[in-house]
Amino acid sequence: MANFTPVSAAIGGALIGLSAVLLMLSTGRVAGISGIFAGLLNWRGEDKRWCIAFLGGLILAPILAGLIGYGMAQPRLSSNWAVIVVAGLLVGFGTRLGGGCTSGHGICGIARLSPRSVTATIVFMATAIITVAVTHHMLGG
Amino acid sequence: MRIIAPLLCGLIFGAGLLISGMVQPAKVLAFLDIFGAWDPSLAVVMAAALAVSAPGFRLADRSARPWFAGQYFQPGKSGVDLPLLAGAALFGIGWGLVGLCPGPALESLATLSPGIIGFVAAMACGVMAHDVWQQRRLTAQRDRPLVSVTDG
Repeated sequence: MANFTPVSAAIGGALIGLSAVLLMLSTGRVAGISGIFAGLLNWRGEDKRWCIAFLGGLILAPILAGLIGYGMAQPRLSSNWAVIVVAGLLVGFGTRLGGGCTSGHGICGIARLSPRSVTATIVFMATAIITVAVTHHMLGG
Repeated sequence: MRIIAPLLCGLIFGAGLLISGMVQPAKVLAFLDIFGAWDPSLAVVMAAALAVSAPGFRLADRSARPWFAGQYFQPGKSGVDLPLLAGAALFGIGWGLVGLCPGPALESLATLSPGIIGFVAAMACGVMAHDVWQQRRLTAQRDRPLVSVTDG
């Protein structure tokens, strides 16, 4: 547990929770990122403006942080493009089919004690842990 | 306010992901790697987020309508079904492969990293592939209801 950062994790987590609550109180919307992203892509969608505004704020955050000296480090990703593309396809298709991701199910849904969200979170945590176990320990990647 | 409020919420969400370190795929993978050098930070992030959002949503339940909208848009589906289980399972595999879920991936577009741009483009293809597939199913069985409704 050498890299465990409980204080910054708790502060960051509280901000994520605060954002979800403020979005619900102000606009009545669920802060599920996959749902917001899909809403943006759906050509028949009703109101896209709040989706664009939320995602705009999300992308603006590290840019503003950079201006005050807390720039975001370039994310270190797998160098294998096939893995990146397959992962992206699975995340896009899976969150759409399952109706949510880490934010929508994992935070907003569990906060409302939704049985669907509790189940979804257990399932995606389990398959993610298995995937990491297989790729990092069995395949030696 | 209908634009400014979600913009500010996006900023706060992004700040939370940045401060917690969850924008870094390596940090997320270290949480998922329970057989390696396990880093429980992600669990603390979720617990802290829930400690704020659970009472906060109770507050929202008690008000008749949101400040800047006519109604609450709550997920309509209840009950666990096969699309939920299959979708969550596929999402988990993709998440475990690179350590990116939609929030951190979209936020990281700010870095203009080619890998992130590729991931988000693939993610968009996955979303659209699902929607086209559901649309086909719907036209094929016009009387039956649409299977997938987004929870969040």
